[in-house]
Amino acid sequence: MSTSDSATRKLTVKIKRYNPEQDDAPHWEQYEIEAHPMDRVLDVLLNVKWYQDETLNLRRSCAHGVCGSDAMRINGVNALACKILVKNLKGDTLTVEPMLGLPVIKDLIVDMKPFFDHYKSVMPYLVNDDPAPTTERLQSPSQRARYDDSTKCILCACCTTSCPPFWGDQKYVGPAAIVNAHRFIFDSRDRAAADRLEILNDTEGVWRCRTVFNCTSACPRDIKITQRIQEVKRALLTGNVDVEADSTETLEAATH
Amino acid sequence: MNYHRFDSLIVGAGGAGLMAALESSKRVGTAVVSKLYPTRSHTGAAQGGIAAALANLEADSWENHAYDTIKGGDFLVDQTAAEVLCKEAVDCIYGLEHMGLPFDRTADGRISQRRFGGHTKPNPKYDPAAPAGTDAAKPRVPVMRACHSADRTGHMILQTLYQQCIKQGVTFFDEFHMLDLVMVDGECRGIVAIEIATGQLHTFHAKSVLLATGGFGRMFKVSSNAYALTGDGPAIAYRHGLPLQDMEFFQFHPTGIYRLGILLSEACRGDGGIMFNGKGERFMEKYAPNLKDLASRDVCSRSIYQEVRAGNGIDGKDYVYLDIRAETINKYGTSPTGQKVDSAWVERRLPDIIEFARTYLGVDPIKEPMPIQPTAHYAMGGLPTNLEGQLLRDAAGTVVPGLYSAGESACVSVHGANRLGTNSLVDLVVYGRRAGRAMARYAQEVEFKPLPPNPEAPTKAAIDALLSRPRTEPWVKIRDEMQRTMMDDCGVYRTGESLTRARDTIVELKERYKTLGVQDKGSVFNTGLLEVLELGCLLDLAEATVAGALARTESRGAHSREDFPDRDDARFFKHSLIYSSGENQTSVDYKDVDVIYVEKNGERVPKYPLEIRKY
Repeated sequence: MSTSDSATRKLTVKIKRYNPEQDDAPHWEQYEIEAHPMDRVLDVLLNVKWYQDETLNLRRSCAHGVCGSDAMRINGVNALACKILVKNLKGDTLTVEPMLGLPVIKDLIVDMKPFFDHYKSVMPYLVNDDPAPTTERLQSPSQRARYDDSTKCILCACCTTSCPPFWGDQKYVGPAAIVNAHRFIFDSRDRAAADRLEILNDTEGVWRCRTVFNCTSACPRDIKITQRIQEVKRALLTGNVDVEADSTETLEAATH
Repeated sequence: MNYHRFDSLIVGAGGAGLMAALESSKRVGTAVVSKLYPTRSHTGAAQGGIAAALANLEADSWENHAYDTIKGGDFLVDQTAAEVLCKEAVDCIYGLEHMGLPFDRTADGRISQRRFGGHTKPNPKYDPAAPAGTDAAKPRVPVMRACHSADRTGHMILQTLYQQCIKQGVTFFDEFHMLDLVMVDGECRGIVAIEIATGQLHTFHAKSVLLATGGFGRMFKVSSNAYALTGDGPAIAYRHGLPLQDMEFFQFHPTGIYRLGILLSEACRGDGGIMFNGKGERFMEKYAPNLKDLASRDVCSRSIYQEVRAGNGIDGKDYVYLDIRAETINKYGTSPTGQKVDSAWVERRLPDIIEFARTYLGVDPIKEPMPIQPTAHYAMGGLPTNLEGQLLRDAAGTVVPGLYSAGESACVSVHGANRLGTNSLVDLVVYGRRAGRAMARYAQEVEFKPLPPNPEAPTKAAIDALLSRPRTEPWVKIRDEMQRTMMDDCGVYRTGESLTRARDTIVELKERYKTLGVQDKGSVFNTGLLEVLELGCLLDLAEATVAGALARTESRGAHSREDFPDRDDARFFKHSLIYSSGENQTSVDYKDVDVIYVEKNGERVPKYPLEIRKY
C-alpha cells in the first residue's frame, strides 16, 4: 500500500527464521522485494508472506501502532513494524528479527507470557475500596496530567526487550511493568501506591534499572519511560508520592 | 481431546467481551477465549469518545441522546433498545470511571465531554419564524456529550477493563482461535478452538457462550479495521443456520487516511475541523446546512463521493481534505466553545491523529490539511439479539438457548441503518454488561448438557483438507478480489446491477476458495492456515451483505441504492434477516422495527414519529 506515486525501491529483506518443528536453531533467510517509500515494514513482511513464502509467521493486527502486536527488532532496534516506513530505512537491506529476551516460538513470534506475568505482578489496576460516589470521583486536570504519559502504554514489549538489564536477568520486572505501576501510583484516586512501591523495591524491581534509556528510545508511544522509572525510584527514596503535576505538565494535558 | 468446562464462556476480548467477563465472573465460573492478546483487540483503536448525557458542560438528557440515536439510524433502530442504551450509558460511564478509566477532566474535576456528529439538543434559541441560515432557524444544535480521553478513548476503555479482569482473576485463553460452535438440538453447548501456539484443537463445554468477536470490515478494500476483524462469530453462527440481521448497512467513516483507510477521528470535526473540496469549498454546507461537518457519517461519506464524482476532489482525484489547523477553526468559528484556539490546543486534543498523519501521510496537520477518503468502518448489522444479548433465530424472536452476542458482532439493534459516532463504545459497555449478567444467570439456572461425540471432528476435517491440498493459488488473490468487489459494487453507493455483479463474483470466489491449499503445513503458529480460515468467514459474510443489499430496494442510512434513492417506509420500515439456505444460496426474511407508543390527547401515537432525516 502506498500513499504516494513515487517509484518503488528494491529491498533485500533478511529475516531471522526459526521453525521448532524443523530447525535446531534459528537461521537467516533472504528475500528480494519491491517496496514503495510509504510502505510500512509490516507491508513489506506481509508481501513476503503472501506472495513469496507463506511459511513466514508474525503477529499483526491494527497496522497503525495502537494494538502493539508487531513489535520486533528492525535493523537492530526494537519497533512496531507498522510504524516504520520504507522511506525512513537507511540502505537497501532490511533486517528483521524477533525481540530479545523472550523465548522465540516461531520466526518473529516470541512467547509473551513472561512479559505479561511481570505486568500482572505490579497490581496494574485501580485500587480504591472507599464507597464510590453516585457520579464520578473528582480529579483535577493537574492530577489527571500527573500520570497521563504512562496511560499511553500498549504493552508491546518494545521497551522491556530492549533493556540490557532485562537481557541479563529476565526475572527483572522490566520497564513496561514499572510504567504500568507508575500509571496507578501517581493516580490521585488510587489507594495502593504503598503496596506497589513495596513490590518495586524488591531486588527484581525498580533498582535493576541502570538508566540506559534504551526503553525510552524504543517506545512507539513516546512515553518518557526512564523518567517515569526515576519518579518511582524517587518516591521510594523520599517516601513521598506527589499526585499533582507540575505546571508544564498540567498545561500540556489540560483540555479546557 | 483437550477438554475444558466453564459455566460461562466468552469469545472475544474487546470491550464487550471484557465487560461481560467482569459481570459473569462475579457470579459463575467464566473464561475468555481470544485469538489475540486481549489488549490487542480493536476496541483499543477507538478514538474520540463515548457518549453519555452526563451534562457536565451543558444541559443534556438521555432522551436527547435516544432521539439522536434513532434519527441517526434513519429510524431502523429498535427504540426500546436505544432508550436502554442511552439511559444505562450514564451509569456505565460512572462505572468505568470508578474502575479507574482516566477520562480527561473539566476545570472542576468532572469528566470532560466533546461534540460529535449527530449528537444534538434542542436549540434553546429556536424560532420557526427565523430567516433561514440564521442560528435561530436551527431546531437542534450540537451538544458536548462524548466523554473522552484525548483521542485514545477506546485504548483507555480496553486497558481499564483488562486491568479489572486481572484484579478479579478472570481466566483467559489468549491466542485461542474459535473455529466452531457446538450446537445440539438448536442449543449452544460450547465451542471448538485452536490453540495457536500448538495447533491443537480444544473443546470448551459451557452452559452459556457469548460471541463478542467484533466486526468484519476486512471484507472491503479500504477499511479502518484491524487484520483480525474477520467476523468469525457471525460467520460461524450463519453456517449453523442462524440469521444475520441488517447486513446491508455497513458504515463508511468519512475521514479515513487516503488509500490506507486508517481512521481519523470524528473528534477532529467535533473540535472544529472542516472538510474542503478541491475548489477550497466547505462542501458540507450544501449537504447539511444546519450541522454541516457534524452531520451523521453516512451523509458525510456520500457527500465526499458526490464531490469526487463532480470532479471536485483534490486535483480532480478521489479524495478531499480534512483541515484541523487552528487558523481554519478560528476563521470559521467552529471551536466547541466558539472561542479562539491555538495549535497547542489542537495538539492536546488530538495527539494521536496528528501523529498518524505525520507518520502515514507525511503531512503535518498543524500546518496542512490531510487527504482523506471514506473508509469501511463499522457493521451496523450482525447477530440479532434481544435486550439480554440472547441470540434470536427467527423473525418471531425465538431465543437460541445458551448463545449470546454483544458489541459489533451483535445487532440489538441500537444503530439501525447508521451508527452515530461514539455509540459503538456505549453499545459495548451497556450491552456487554447486560449480556454478561444474563449469561451468568442462565448458567446458574441450568445444568450442563452432554456434548455430542467428537465435537471437534468437522473442524479437524476442514483443517486437514486445507493442509493436505496443494497450493493452487495464493489465497490473497481471492481476498483481494473480494475486497475490490465489495468496495466497488457494494460500497457507499450500490445499484441492482452492481450488486448482482457482486453476488456472482462472491459465488465464484467461494468456489475457488474450496480448492485452496496452504503452503505452511506446520502445527505451531500456522498463521497462514488461520488467515485462510478467516477469509472463509469474510466470504460468507460478504454473501449475506450482498443478499441484504440486493433485497432492500430503497435507500436508508448507510445503504444507498442509486436505483432506489428514496426511503420507502411502506415496504422497508423493517429489519432484514439473511439465512444461508444451501450452498451459495441465501433467503431473506423481515421483522418489524420495535416502536414505542405513547398516549397523546387520548390517542396512541409513536413516541418517535418517522421524519425525513435532515441535518
